[in-house]
Amino acid sequence: MTTTTPRDTNPMDATPTDTSNVADRDKARRWQQGGSEPLLKVRDLRVTFQRQGQEPFEAVQGVSFDVHPGQTVGLVGESGCGKSVTSLAIMGLLPARGNKVTGTVDYEGTNLLDLSDQQMRDKRGKDIAMVFQDPLSSLNPVIPIGLQVTEVLERHRGMSRKAATPVARDLLDRVGIPDPDRRLKDYPHQLSGGMRQRALIAIALACQPRLLIADEPTTALDVTIQAQILALLKELVEDTGTALVMITHDLGVVAGLCDEVNVLYGGRIVERGERHDLFAQPRHPYTHGLLASIPRLDAPRGQRLNPIPGSVSDNLPWTSACAFAPRCSQPIEVCTQKMPELVEQHQRALRCFNPVEANR
Amino acid sequence: MTPSPMDPRPSSKKDRIDALASTAGTGTAVADVHVSAAGKVKDTGGVSLIASAWARLRRDPVFLLGAVITILFVVLALLSPWIAPNDPTKRMPELLKDLTPGNIPGAAPGFPLGSDEFGRDLLSRLIGGARQTLIVGVFATLFGLAGGITLGTLAGAFGGWIDSLVMRIVDVMLSIPSLLLAVSIAALAPEPSQWTVIIAIATVQVPIFARLLRGSMLAQRASDHVLAARALGVTQGAIVFRHMLPNSLGPVIVQSTLVLATSILDAAALSFLGLGNPDDRQPEWGAMLGTATRYIQDYPHLAFYPAACIIVVALGFTLMGESLREALDPKSRR
Repeated sequence: MTTTTPRDTNPMDATPTDTSNVADRDKARRWQQGGSEPLLKVRDLRVTFQRQGQEPFEAVQGVSFDVHPGQTVGLVGESGCGKSVTSLAIMGLLPARGNKVTGTVDYEGTNLLDLSDQQMRDKRGKDIAMVFQDPLSSLNPVIPIGLQVTEVLERHRGMSRKAATPVARDLLDRVGIPDPDRRLKDYPHQLSGGMRQRALIAIALACQPRLLIADEPTTALDVTIQAQILALLKELVEDTGTALVMITHDLGVVAGLCDEVNVLYGGRIVERGERHDLFAQPRHPYTHGLLASIPRLDAPRGQRLNPIPGSVSDNLPWTSACAFAPRCSQPIEVCTQKMPELVEQHQRALRCFNPVEANR
Repeated sequence: MTPSPMDPRPSSKKDRIDALASTAGTGTAVADVHVSAAGKVKDTGGVSLIASAWARLRRDPVFLLGAVITILFVVLALLSPWIAPNDPTKRMPELLKDLTPGNIPGAAPGFPLGSDEFGRDLLSRLIGGARQTLIVGVFATLFGLAGGITLGTLAGAFGGWIDSLVMRIVDVMLSIPSLLLAVSIAALAPEPSQWTVIIAIATVQVPIFARLLRGSMLAQRASDHVLAARALGVTQGAIVFRHMLPNSLGPVIVQSTLVLATSILDAAALSFLGLGNPDDRQPEWGAMLGTATRYIQDYPHLAFYPAACIIVVALGFTLMGESLREALDPKSRR
């Protein structure tokens, strides 16, 4: 792999949901300059899994990021980098035993990690909602869709089932499910994959949460449905002003949807930036490698794909080195001797001793 | 599975129950997508598990045989007062006149199977016995189901030390051979009656159901839709009773058809041992078999008929339950 790839066109610019570059940058600057107080402030979040007789494993090692009202923030990384664990820790959905969560998750001034189970249960679904990866298994197979929507309304809004039914119908209509009156009585297996994910989004948005966490919401769907769901999410987020944390391994999803992107590796953020900046000029070799590995339509015929060598398990411990060093295309001596710090500069953050040269 | 009440291997019983529990989540469905000739994908909306299981059962001769036996038995039991040619509790004068200490009359006009040892019509008693057997089997299974669901829900919903406590109790109960346990409980009753038999047999079934339900509840607890419900802030009670329990009941319901067969066998065994209903006027197959052993040298048919009834009915329920279990097992679906 060469250190710099000519990058005159951004491979992500072709996404249909792309919007004006300049407006996005303005928006990002407004958030960064403190135009609004962050809705969610995650600071030094650490999740350690402990099992008896085994070495504790730190899956998330001090992740910090902000989410402003109405902002869409992406958490990107390959399997095992800690992105899903981060989201479950924010929601307080990790199992009660066998793990330790430290740091702060500040949601409008309250640290969610300090809340009791009951207080957290009142917040979930009402203030913070979540959409999961597999829409079929995330719906209860023995209850009609309608009841699964009204359940949340009954729980958090204190509505009767009768009063909640028309609201549920409107919600299904809003997320683009045709013939919502009939669909209210349908069971999950009677809906197609895309419809199920729409229903899940309707359930998540039923109580108009201020923050929505989407954990790989399009992974289980085929490409055309993916595009529809992403467009729907984007539209809903813009309409309702809900902040969105998008967890994904799909850079295309990030490019189409996110205002700000955090790239995770081995449980730590290695690079952060506004999406156009990040895609145009990835500085971390990992981000760079991820972008270079995407097959390009304009590549010459027969050109081989450009993977990052090794796998996530080829890690060095962050405490004594850069975890990515064994797979890095341009390691220098210091990379295996101490940990690089996350350095913030010009609305970008980077954790690397030997970043990829800025090529523009 | 041949229902052997004196199972010498309690550990294999546990294994069987756990294996059955892993077939939980019977509510899931397979999306059945057809691609038409034009290449347009048509979503038929999926075939529910029940529908696909029924499609398989309809063509399964084992299930059909079991179902025919079961239906015949149930109809016979429900309509026995109208089907039986004579009153099963009454000593018939026609038979009594030939009844001496050394002679039990055989077939006679109007009495195709002849008399029992007290001059009552054997055929009518067999038909009447179906009703008693059904009552004992159904109530013992229902009570066992109720107890097992309560314990299993408790263990599966709370986990932790409650789970450990409940499951250790269940393990102790499972480690005692089921018939021995039933005999002990029946013997404890101050006045034996039909209900002591039912309660004794129900108690034996409780640990089987509890273990089965707990296993599938645990599988549900780790499932995505329960996590999704928790992510929506759904209350603990609603998660257990609306999201976990209905999805865990499949294997338990299937097991109950098998338990019905064992209950019938156990009830017969208790009556045979003299721990059943002491009132011998109401016919009961196990009790009939028990008294008939005294005459087995000279009149083996007195023992043969009730024994055959017990075997056939237990076989019917077992065949039906086994094929039901196979049909509902997502792993064996093709």
